[in-house]
Amino acid sequence: MVKSYLELREETRTRDRSLREKVVSLEEAAAFIHDGDHVALGGCTLSRTPMALIWALIRARRKELTVSRSIVSTEGDLLYGSGVSGHIVTSWFSQGIVWGISKVMRHYTETGQARFEEWSHMSMGLRYRAGAMGLPFMPTRSMMGSGVREVIGDAAREIDCPFTGDRLLALPALNPDVALIHVQRADAYGNAQLDGLQFMDIDIAMAARRVILTTERIVSNDQIRRTPDQTKIPFFTVDAVVEVPFGAAPHECYGLYEPFFGHLDDYAKATKDDAEAGVKRYLERFHYGPDSWNDYLKLLGLDEMLDAARRGRSIHND
Amino acid sequence: MTERYTASELLAVMSARLLSDGQVVFAGVGVPLLAATLAQRLHGPGLTILFEGGVIGPFVVPGELPPSTNEQRCTRRANMVLPITDVLLLLQRGYVDIGFMGGAQIDRYGNLNSSYIGDPANPKIRLPGTGGGNDISSLTQMIVTMRHEKRRFVERVDFITSPGFIEGGTSRAESGLPTGGMFKVVTDLAILGFTETGREMVVEALHTGVSIDQVRDNTGFEIQVGELETTEPPSARELAVLRELDPDRLYIA
Repeated sequence: MVKSYLELREETRTRDRSLREKVVSLEEAAAFIHDGDHVALGGCTLSRTPMALIWALIRARRKELTVSRSIVSTEGDLLYGSGVSGHIVTSWFSQGIVWGISKVMRHYTETGQARFEEWSHMSMGLRYRAGAMGLPFMPTRSMMGSGVREVIGDAAREIDCPFTGDRLLALPALNPDVALIHVQRADAYGNAQLDGLQFMDIDIAMAARRVILTTERIVSNDQIRRTPDQTKIPFFTVDAVVEVPFGAAPHECYGLYEPFFGHLDDYAKATKDDAEAGVKRYLERFHYGPDSWNDYLKLLGLDEMLDAARRGRSIHND
Repeated sequence: MTERYTASELLAVMSARLLSDGQVVFAGVGVPLLAATLAQRLHGPGLTILFEGGVIGPFVVPGELPPSTNEQRCTRRANMVLPITDVLLLLQRGYVDIGFMGGAQIDRYGNLNSSYIGDPANPKIRLPGTGGGNDISSLTQMIVTMRHEKRRFVERVDFITSPGFIEGGTSRAESGLPTGGMFKVVTDLAILGFTETGREMVVEALHTGVSIDQVRDNTGFEIQVGELETTEPPSARELAVLRELDPDRLYIA
């Protein structure tokens, strides 16, 4: 489960880490992800979800992915419903507390069609961080004595601190095959600047073998160099950059747009009674149906987009 | 003359009263977020809220309550934002006075379940899981707020998502959790604490108009009763501020 250090180093050594342009289309970016990969998603719950890339993976009919994220919302439903992933590793999985428990998550897990592997939120973060640090594990004082720890079994191990003798839980490093991260701006080389909440994105980028960025806009490298303190993900970790306006819709992107609440209410209703048929109808309409991401946004509707953007930008009113 | 109020409003007001100015409070979404914000406005301007999304010291804007603790609405007037892992590590480092969250199912020893109803290997209902709940309850003192119903207050939870006192006595420390534990449980009927040595749930106060038999009838195990006090009903001011915070009744319906 934990990658050997020499393998990790060799993978990194052989990556092209030069300062080069990496701009590709959504469809080309999807080709960086292979069936069976472990894919880590940036953002959290309804925030900065790399929805456009998930949309592209669903359309490319990728399969058997293991997907991990700090907290999973509707994108998890879509990954289950499309068959892209039958194994999600996270700390919390539902659309959001205001919509109740996700019927799609319940249906697929309770019928045994898909697996929801649960770790505590900090454990997810420390696993990515160990991966980012090039260490095989990270000790924690959390999770011991709980059912969450029990179900995980041998994947985590209790150890005695060599200095104090304290009992600690050793969490296995998580080095994803690919990280998908959506940001507000990046240059063509992959220097990514993200505003607001960072979630686990920086650790995920550092831990992963490949990183695909989607960005609301591509800016010049000169602009990046004027504010290098705002750059959170360095270019040499990044393999591809895609410019996708509203790339997290119907979720939010800090400072630009809030969640599309009307659409999310409709989604919850559409999957309430017959979860599997509901999510499949939704996928047909919004993911397989439209010809392009812009056509997808058209289906979400101008009124919803403008409302989400007005609320999103209101964070700057003070 | 007392005003009418909903069960969620009662939970929010009673929980807010347990928080003091100057505390650092790690708040979950829903009633905890609302109650911590209410406490800030009523008596705790120096109360610092932490949100799991990575936020230190926000003042949530009335009418703009976030759908989880991970959206931009959580960052309003915050002192700092930082990665999720680092805000959770503040618990491990010991900067947090109170962890504050809702509960789906709780048992005699304050263990919480938000993962599975039924057998975890073949669950009747798969619940959303721990989120930060396990970390918060593993690493700090907890206040839990929830409806008082027999199916929620059980002898033994189906699954320990967030550890309370495990099997009572010293079992929590022996499990590897030497700090923290359950402090109070606030329900729509009562305020409950935990006994000093056995670490069993005990009724400490009843809300106005509630009898101890009502508490017993709505608890799925033989519950201990302490020296009972009666809480003051929510005041007009408490309710007014609360309703101003949540005009759409997202969390207080």
